[in-house]
Amino acid sequence: MKNRNIKFFIISLLVIFIFTTLAIGLKKESTYTTENINIENIENFRSKELFSNELIEFTSLFDQNEKFIILNIWASWCLPCRSEHEFLMKLSQNSDIKIVGLNYKDNQENAKEFLKELGNPFEKILIDRKGLIAIEIGAYGIPETYLIDNYDKKIIKKYIGPIDKIKMEKIISILKL
Amino acid sequence: MKTTLKLITIFIIIVNSQNILHANDQNERLDKLTKNLRCLICQGQSVYDSQSDFALSVRDLIIKKIDDGDNDQEIYSYLKTKYGDWIMYEPQLGKNTILLWILPLILFIFGGLLIFRKAIIKLDKK
Amino acid sequence: MISELGHYSLVFVTIFSAIIILQSFKYVLSEQIVFKNNLYNLIFLQLFFIVVSFLCLLIAFLYSDFSNVTVYNNSHTSKPLFYKVSGVWGNHEGSLLLWLLVLILFLFLFILNSKKVDNKYKLLTVIFQEIIILGFLVFIIFTSNPFEYLFPVPNEGLGLNPILQDPALAIHPPILYLGYVGSSLIFSSSLAAVISNNVDSGWAKHIKKWVFISWIFLTLGIMLGSVWAYYELGWGGFWFWDPVENVSLMPWFCLTALLHSIVVLEKRNSLKNWTIILSIATFALSMSGTFLVRSGILNSIHTFANDPSRGLFILTFLFFLVVLAITILFIYFDKNETKSDNFFLISKESAVLVNNWFMMYFLSVVLIGTIYPIFLEVITNDKISVGAPFYHKLIVPFLIPFFIFMSFGPRLKWIKNSYKKINYKQILIFLITLLISFLIVHNSGVRYLFSIFLIAASIFLLISSFRDLFKKKIQFPQKISHLAFSILILSILINGIYSKEFNSNMRVGDQVKFMNKTITFKSINFYEEKNYRLLRGNFEINESGKNPLNFVPEIRIYNQPVISTSEADIKTTLLNDNFIVFSLLKEGEIFNVRYQYKPFMIWIWISVMVLAFGGTLAIIKK
Repeated sequence: MKNRNIKFFIISLLVIFIFTTLAIGLKKESTYTTENINIENIENFRSKELFSNELIEFTSLFDQNEKFIILNIWASWCLPCRSEHEFLMKLSQNSDIKIVGLNYKDNQENAKEFLKELGNPFEKILIDRKGLIAIEIGAYGIPETYLIDNYDKKIIKKYIGPIDKIKMEKIISILKL
Repeated sequence: MKTTLKLITIFIIIVNSQNILHANDQNERLDKLTKNLRCLICQGQSVYDSQSDFALSVRDLIIKKIDDGDNDQEIYSYLKTKYGDWIMYEPQLGKNTILLWILPLILFIFGGLLIFRKAIIKLDKK
Repeated sequence: MISELGHYSLVFVTIFSAIIILQSFKYVLSEQIVFKNNLYNLIFLQLFFIVVSFLCLLIAFLYSDFSNVTVYNNSHTSKPLFYKVSGVWGNHEGSLLLWLLVLILFLFLFILNSKKVDNKYKLLTVIFQEIIILGFLVFIIFTSNPFEYLFPVPNEGLGLNPILQDPALAIHPPILYLGYVGSSLIFSSSLAAVISNNVDSGWAKHIKKWVFISWIFLTLGIMLGSVWAYYELGWGGFWFWDPVENVSLMPWFCLTALLHSIVVLEKRNSLKNWTIILSIATFALSMSGTFLVRSGILNSIHTFANDPSRGLFILTFLFFLVVLAITILFIYFDKNETKSDNFFLISKESAVLVNNWFMMYFLSVVLIGTIYPIFLEVITNDKISVGAPFYHKLIVPFLIPFFIFMSFGPRLKWIKNSYKKINYKQILIFLITLLISFLIVHNSGVRYLFSIFLIAASIFLLISSFRDLFKKKIQFPQKISHLAFSILILSILINGIYSKEFNSNMRVGDQVKFMNKTITFKSINFYEEKNYRLLRGNFEINESGKNPLNFVPEIRIYNQPVISTSEADIKTTLLNDNFIVFSLLKEGEIFNVRYQYKPFMIWIWISVMVLAFGGTLAIIKK
């Protein structure tokens, strides 16, 4: 009799455990994003600049003045990139901010055309022809925006998807800290 | 029962007398690796099956890494530092996944014991 | 107008449900337990109204009545008639309506079929089944009403996802539901049998039919889903260990175990508690399948519209039923416990237990693999994927002992089996199978030794089941199904080992050499169809000494909604399938072409159908 009650008790506990877990699980986002994976050691890659065509090293993008740089991954064929462009333009007007572009798997002529039409917020634009640099910094879709710390070249924050007003204000507030 | 045991013994003898050789073609390796990686764009598909830009880039990356002489484990762990454990279809044994791997086996042993008890008792009575 | 009729019919069905539950309770509690005719009538009326309701939705789909939200969201005037019909259950709301229809239909048939059984047991079955029906009715009316209005009425609908416009997938859900719903009946009836103290060989005989029915439909339903994945998804595989697939496999393992243990209960009046537990588990797994698919909690290729509130409802309802079942089991447990319930080690009873043992193991692997990521995320916030390699590693090695046990199991006698010390014939057969499988695996180029074991064990099983065909002691349906199962397993394994594929980017005019074949991308043509635009590629495969094979795979760009799909062209022969599929790359003129060589593919489908056919024979025979 006692044995049976213990069994009943254990099974009930198990059932309650499963129920609660699944109920909590329901509220979780089922699509996976890498927003909270921040890569610490980015290998020092090199790539050509879109306009000047010179080879640029990743580490040479940084100088002493700014706290961090913004790295934005974009392409002329990507529609959401269009919608976020105005916010990048606004950010670039802030003299403390340095935005570097990573042109992802794009046709160079189209890319130049795109910037001519919408303005160029980037101080430099690196070309990522095969998408390997994007993988190095942990990107998988475009647009994505990374805040990379000047001091130890760590990613401190990333935004997956287009920048909007809220994200733009967040970036400015991080800068002021 | 004894017959089965004998057969299993024969089996094991045959197995030990053979050498295991692995296919080492680069393309086969690329297929094998990409089938075990999950695409982040089309999240139900493997990198092998997906045609998204991300999947194509990962394929290029793996080809490059194979040329550089990286082994499978190095390629996997490179991608895992970039995108997390989620990217691999085969969860690697670790503190998070130990239960996942062990629990079914525990249940198997437990079930076997139950059956054995049920069947063996009657045998003893005889 | 038609939607209103459908909606009010549903309300009537709900009212009937409540009345039937109350009436049955009254009868159960009365001193002389009777099953009056008015219950038959009520259940019949309930069936009538649910049919009316279902027909209303069907008509709304046929006439493209876009004042109905469900029709608007899932249909389009340019859609072929066949898919207008299948569109009824190709969405969340409509599929629930179908589910309810089947629930009530099965209850009705069950009652018609149970004239001679104990009244208390019958009434209790009705009560439990009606509780399930009522639960789903509340669910459908409050969270997923298929008859909601849309105003102003749009001229055109949004269309059915073209990937779902496939004959196999059109009949896949109804077939699968027949299996799932059959398990609900087993659930209700087993609880009723426990309470009315009727768990014996008589009950087993009575419910066995329903176990077979659900098993047959579940088997066929899973197969159709797999056929769809093979022909439509265009990835060349037929099983991806996707959560949604796993969810249909779990009740199948449970049901297969039940199928075997119920025979022990019937013939030997033993394994009572275990059979009841299996009956309850089968239904709980079917329900959790619904929960996992509908709630969007899983990250999968094919999820229905995600709505956490729906998920919460099904989850709560599921746990209510599970708690109810557990409580009933614990209250009435002792009465059914028989002490002299042990078996001889070598007997048919033990063989069935071994079958159940392996089924439960496979079930636990699939179950744990499917829900573990959810638990891990809730507890630690880490996300992982559990895919094919996990399942293969944990399941495949266990197949070897499983096949060997299965080769001997059917020959054992009930109660006790005398056995010879060494059976030289068996050993000889086994050695031959080892040799054969060595040759098979050796020639395939795959030099994994493990495969030799695996193939040997499955060939051994095949030979044993074939020899069993001529044994009089074994039931005919069982022989058929076991033989079909061994063919299925062997085809899957050979398919897995021998399949060859390549994947490359090609332009028109390109040639690729693969194995001893040359594949040429000859041309591409454009066509306009009623509801899609079409790109048809023309490929030729040349192999020395053989006639060239022509392939015309397609890329379809549907207009409503705008989605492009790839249609594979598959040349099937008894020995192998040749499979070409191509898809658009971003640049436009380059295509990704995938060629696959898949041996014994057709045998996978044939053997599953024969497997189910064996089950059908088992029902007819009685």
